[in-house]
Amino acid sequence: MRTCPTLRCSHRPCGRGESVESSSHDVLLVGGGGAGLRAAIAAAEVNPKLNIAVVSKVYPMRSHTVSAEGGAAGVAKPDDSLDEHAYDTISGGDWLSDQDAVEEFVREAPLELLQLEHWGCPWNREPDGHIAVRAFGGMKKKRTWFAADKTGFHMLHTLFQTTLKYQPISRYDEWFVTRLLVEDGRIRGVVAIELMSGKIQAIFAKSVILCTGGCGRVFPFTTNANIKNGDGMALAFRAGAPLKDTEFVQYHPTGLPFTGILITEAARAEGGYMLNKDGYRYLQDYNLGKPEPKPVLRSMELGPRDRLSQAFVHEERKGRTVPTPYGPVVHLDLRHLGEKLINAKLPFVRELCQKYQNIDPVRELIPVRPVVHYMMGGVGTDIHGATPLQGLFAAGEVACVSINGANRLGSNSLAECLVFGARAGRAAAEYASRQPAANGAALAQAADEERRLKTEFLDKTGGRERIATIRTEMQASIENSAGIYREQASLAEGLHKMLELQERFKDINLDDRSHTFNTELESALELGFMLDVAQSIVTSALHRTESRGAHQRTDFPMRNDERFLAHSLVYRNFDGSGRVEYSPVKITRWPPAERVYGQQAQEPQQQAAKRVS
Amino acid sequence: MADNIVLEIARYSPESDHEPHFECYEVPVRREWVVLDALNHIKDTVDGSLTYRWSCRMGICGSCGMMVNGEPKLTCATFLSTYARNGSKVRVEPLRYFPIIRDLVTELGGFVSKLKKAKPWLIRDLEQPLSQGEYLQTPEQLDRYKQFSMCINCTLCYAACPVVGLDPIFIGPAAIALAQRYNMDSRDQGSAERTAVLAHPDGVWGCTFVGECTRVCPKHVDPAGAIQQYKIAAVLDWLKSFVTPRGRDVSNQAAND
Repeated sequence: MRTCPTLRCSHRPCGRGESVESSSHDVLLVGGGGAGLRAAIAAAEVNPKLNIAVVSKVYPMRSHTVSAEGGAAGVAKPDDSLDEHAYDTISGGDWLSDQDAVEEFVREAPLELLQLEHWGCPWNREPDGHIAVRAFGGMKKKRTWFAADKTGFHMLHTLFQTTLKYQPISRYDEWFVTRLLVEDGRIRGVVAIELMSGKIQAIFAKSVILCTGGCGRVFPFTTNANIKNGDGMALAFRAGAPLKDTEFVQYHPTGLPFTGILITEAARAEGGYMLNKDGYRYLQDYNLGKPEPKPVLRSMELGPRDRLSQAFVHEERKGRTVPTPYGPVVHLDLRHLGEKLINAKLPFVRELCQKYQNIDPVRELIPVRPVVHYMMGGVGTDIHGATPLQGLFAAGEVACVSINGANRLGSNSLAECLVFGARAGRAAAEYASRQPAANGAALAQAADEERRLKTEFLDKTGGRERIATIRTEMQASIENSAGIYREQASLAEGLHKMLELQERFKDINLDDRSHTFNTELESALELGFMLDVAQSIVTSALHRTESRGAHQRTDFPMRNDERFLAHSLVYRNFDGSGRVEYSPVKITRWPPAERVYGQQAQEPQQQAAKRVS
Repeated sequence: MADNIVLEIARYSPESDHEPHFECYEVPVRREWVVLDALNHIKDTVDGSLTYRWSCRMGICGSCGMMVNGEPKLTCATFLSTYARNGSKVRVEPLRYFPIIRDLVTELGGFVSKLKKAKPWLIRDLEQPLSQGEYLQTPEQLDRYKQFSMCINCTLCYAACPVVGLDPIFIGPAAIALAQRYNMDSRDQGSAERTAVLAHPDGVWGCTFVGECTRVCPKHVDPAGAIQQYKIAAVLDWLKSFVTPRGRDVSNQAAND
């Protein structure tokens, strides 16, 4: 019953050099979540003759898209407009979004969500059968499509099931990519380990799309699944592509203590209150509007995530949070919504609270605290998902186009996976269609990689460091240095620590030397990836001496458009250190302005109508 | 509640073992720990070679199913403290009826190809262009298949199903529920195409209706209900084939009109 990818993938063998086996495809997806599967289908539809493969370290339906809860944004109703969605996204991102990308994004998002409907996604409906939409944080209009509060789960399964009918798409399930193959400045494929057998193989491709998601596991307290280790970011970084805007890390304001399980923003969109230890709706003290009994768009609990997480820190400093064994918390109150609404719109929230926190939100307050949720930065791409490295594309959380700027709005990321997944899929397919067949000349690089994996890990003796120790120290250090609030001294200390950990990583010891499903080797390689990403986060945060969106410097509390209306780009130097450069933000129609939430924010369109001269 | 608890874990490596054996590990019992936390504790601090799958730790990715004291469970949703009485041990084994790759990791390729056999995608006679908007579907029509769309592919139902144990070719509860998820969807017109697989002897008729699949399902999908529903539909379809030319599922077609 063993599934053999060489049978399953109808690959074209292109010879053996030394000991490394190889296979070959036209377009290769690394990652099988929302962006990867959408890209695979898009590529197949551009040119049905292309040979497309998805390589993923987990079966695609295990991908982290599955955990997304609240919904996916796309203008759907007559009272809404593309310009309003664009304005909310740009102001939410504190003007660091590239506005040309945002304009394409808001235009294509509704079409992509509709396409998913045509593939069977069980979107919630109005009584008349049309798509229903809900409110979301930072959004001025209701435009978030949802499938109860398991939107990501339904999107991922719909996409996975739909890919099964496309013959040109084959899969390498549970293969772990360790390196990109690059020759003459062009991508040639990847080297991957088949987990089941331990076989190391070169998988050649004319174009490669990274869709590996985020890197939340770099931090100690995160909503991100165990598999979110920044793999694609580090792979691209090591291959010479820059990482963009990595200083912008989103803390979601409502995670369950201990587990870090996310309580979706939809809970606040449906009318939940944020309360401090005195039962007071504290957000009113932070320039987010006045408390109303019913939710008001772009106000109070429906403010953007960065501002809500920052408000928590201030409440904590004022002694108005509740201490628990897993850190201070505030409360999310859903009791007034009633059992019927909670069961209809927020069933997963109730299930998670009952199963993992042992409380029932119908009758009890939910303890919550800010939790690392999303990486705005990533592998820098253009609006077609292309990176500066020829033939290498990226889409989804691993990428930074950037539509999210300095702070992503909730429900934009699922739509981003679809829009830019499809764009990257089409662009990679077109690129691959123009390229000659891969000639396998990169096989020597693959042999080098096999040797590296053996000498540095599997066959190495005498290592003294445990994976868990280095991982825990990395997580503690980055939280201390690059948490919700940052400053020069702690960032510099954080960078020093990362360099120390990089050195100690070389002395790693594995208990497991076997070939069959070696998860310890995988964890070690993931830790290596995370150390690179963590170093990039700290480096870019150290260099950005201003405060913007999710990047708040206590020593530079103001936004500085003169110097920093720019994307950071961290390149890897030969010695492994990072070099920071900047590229300008693309402004089309919305000049930088102050971010305003609450009652003052009622007329944002006056600003949106202005044009840059 | 005891301070410590012993986990008896099935270990097997094809490179060194002829057959699985048990090894014992003592771990602290913390109130908020699930069985998966105990496994992670062992892997991080005691034995890095312990091998299992996990990812989301919130009961939605479907990776971490194992036999816990003989019952198929998601280990991320099973509190350790439940078992911590009177010095009792917790036995953790790979999911039953699947080939074992290593320790607690089972082979899933066969399961995934069964899912594909169910043709789990929307089948239409005519695709409506996107420019014409969504296929309308009322909340009531959504409710008809919603439950069957909740399957997370954790395979606990296969580990609970005695028919899967006797006949590995049996398509199994999750795949049948998935077929029924599309058959019951008012936008779908593909139930006739799915009949060939489901009405096969290794399809629904393999099921002897033990109902264990529904009992162990962590997402209340009720595969047993889907199977019974489909058996009735298949019999009706067979009868209809004598009176209508194509033997189509006429009632499903009507729902789309």
